[in-house]
Amino acid sequence: MSVLTGNFNAGDHSVTEAARNRRFGPIYSRNVRAVVARGLMATKSSNWMVMVSGFFEPVLYLISMGVGLGAIVGSVQGPGGQEISYPAYIAPALLAVSAMNGAVYDSTWNVFFKMNFAKLYQGMLYTSLGPLDVAMGEIFLALLRGAMYATGFTAVMGVMGLITTPWAILMIPASVLIAFGFASFGMGITSFMKTFQQMDWINFVMLPMFLFSATFYPLSVYPQSIQWLIQAMPLWHGVELLRQISVGVFTPATAVHIGYYLVMIALGVLLTTSRLRKLFLK
Amino acid sequence: MRVSELAAKESPVTSPSDAAPQYVITAENLTKRYGDVTAVDGISFRVPAGEAFGLLGPNGAGKSTTMKMIGGVSQRTSGSLSIMGLDPEQHGPEVRAHLGVVPQQDNLDEELKVRDNLLVYGRYFGLPMSYLKPKADELLEFAQLTDKAKSKVDALSGGMKRRLTIARSLINEPRILLLDEPTTGLDPQARHILWDRLFRLKEQGVTLILTTHYMDEAEQLCDRLIVVDKGKIMAEGSPASLIREYSTREVLELRFGSERNASVGAELEGIGERLETLPDRVLIYAHDGEAALEQVTARGLRPVTSLVRRSSLEDVFLRLTGRSLVD
Repeated sequence: MSVLTGNFNAGDHSVTEAARNRRFGPIYSRNVRAVVARGLMATKSSNWMVMVSGFFEPVLYLISMGVGLGAIVGSVQGPGGQEISYPAYIAPALLAVSAMNGAVYDSTWNVFFKMNFAKLYQGMLYTSLGPLDVAMGEIFLALLRGAMYATGFTAVMGVMGLITTPWAILMIPASVLIAFGFASFGMGITSFMKTFQQMDWINFVMLPMFLFSATFYPLSVYPQSIQWLIQAMPLWHGVELLRQISVGVFTPATAVHIGYYLVMIALGVLLTTSRLRKLFLK
Repeated sequence: MRVSELAAKESPVTSPSDAAPQYVITAENLTKRYGDVTAVDGISFRVPAGEAFGLLGPNGAGKSTTMKMIGGVSQRTSGSLSIMGLDPEQHGPEVRAHLGVVPQQDNLDEELKVRDNLLVYGRYFGLPMSYLKPKADELLEFAQLTDKAKSKVDALSGGMKRRLTIARSLINEPRILLLDEPTTGLDPQARHILWDRLFRLKEQGVTLILTTHYMDEAEQLCDRLIVVDKGKIMAEGSPASLIREYSTREVLELRFGSERNASVGAELEGIGERLETLPDRVLIYAHDGEAALEQVTARGLRPVTSLVRRSSLEDVFLRLTGRSLVD
């Protein structure tokens, strides 16, 4: 409330509302859905082709590696020690990779473009929206896309006869969890990027992670020190989590994998919000 | 006026006809530093409701930074700022709910169609579709873009984009409209259409805060303005009062050829109130330009060309901020 008489009072709030607003008042207006609605509308009118192509990437990998290499490899040892076919072994890993790729693409390249070229966020932040609304909205969109890919890929696995347990349906929410971790972090990291050259560093991290995170063969082939390094990386936890779910084998490690992502999400959202605040409310 | 009703829930608005002046913006000692650079250096001003208020100044004077602080998207270093009784830093989303912003560069949503730009922008304010749909059509009409409703944004001309940006800024029926160089880069036709639209808004009681490089624009639109240079206020007043105070009624422009201009200065001493020698011409500031010209010819001086004109805000501006280039 203003103490200056004769001024407009734009915010004569009740005490409870003021208390609720105190913490996030300047950065959050509880309107994430407007950002999401904008994203859906933009997708409908312009970039749905990009979305469709993102779905096929892991499917093509599954067919070429799973069917092609699988014919040579035969069956391998699954998470519970049981023998499973090579395509069934790599399929959950590819699903984790596609969750990562989709989330990272949306939260890095897409965000980078909107931030630096389309000036979309500058426009949004001159409305009632706060940086937290924008960050959550963009991350939600990345997750929605991740969920669609995961559902489609799981259906493909079903068609190819790679699903043997009803537990496998949980791969979809687990993929969303993985996507959430990568999206929240990706957006925060993107906020540091100024040029396209810097954006290439993201690929430089993603590609080795894709190739070496026990995606196509077990971790045991590496020496101990390399194993630790890979186990510190997020994708390995995603691969292991989905592989366990795909055969319905759960161990204490399952909780560790989930916990890893919960921490990653919390840190990522914190990083992204503080960065957006710094960038746009300087 | 449905937005006003929505807004009224959280903000009882006193009617503009109340006797006491109501300041929608109060800035005191507003300061903004970026590292060692002081962009805004302790400026103070108050803007009553319904006024068209101009911020004039050369590039880098701190105009845009001031606008950003008003919108709550830039944190001030010190001083106080109150927008409709609220600190924009603490209540960014609420303050911006009553603000319309036309940024220096159009930042329309290129991925959306023209009408969708308005609808989606309205959603950012949390406004319901039932309000937004008729409002969007009304604003397209206002911006003369009705037949472009379904076009893509990048198919619009510069003037159309600018009008759409202004239409977009009005979607929440703002009480304050921030316009950062609204007509830069537009052709004269487009500028005049825009001025007309802005004038109508002013008639409806919208407070306009305007930055511009164009002095004719400031004279046309602003009730009152401040001239800012290097982050400080150099002068404040209505366009007419500033001309009275910092210039004369008329200006006599003489050209003696670029070789002679400098040397002729001494011979013109005493004519008019003030003399300014530029490389290409000599300016004599006088109440009566014709009389000054007679005095010049009476002294036996024969300028190549001479021109008597009314003094303009541009003369005031150049006097206050200097003629050297600022980058």
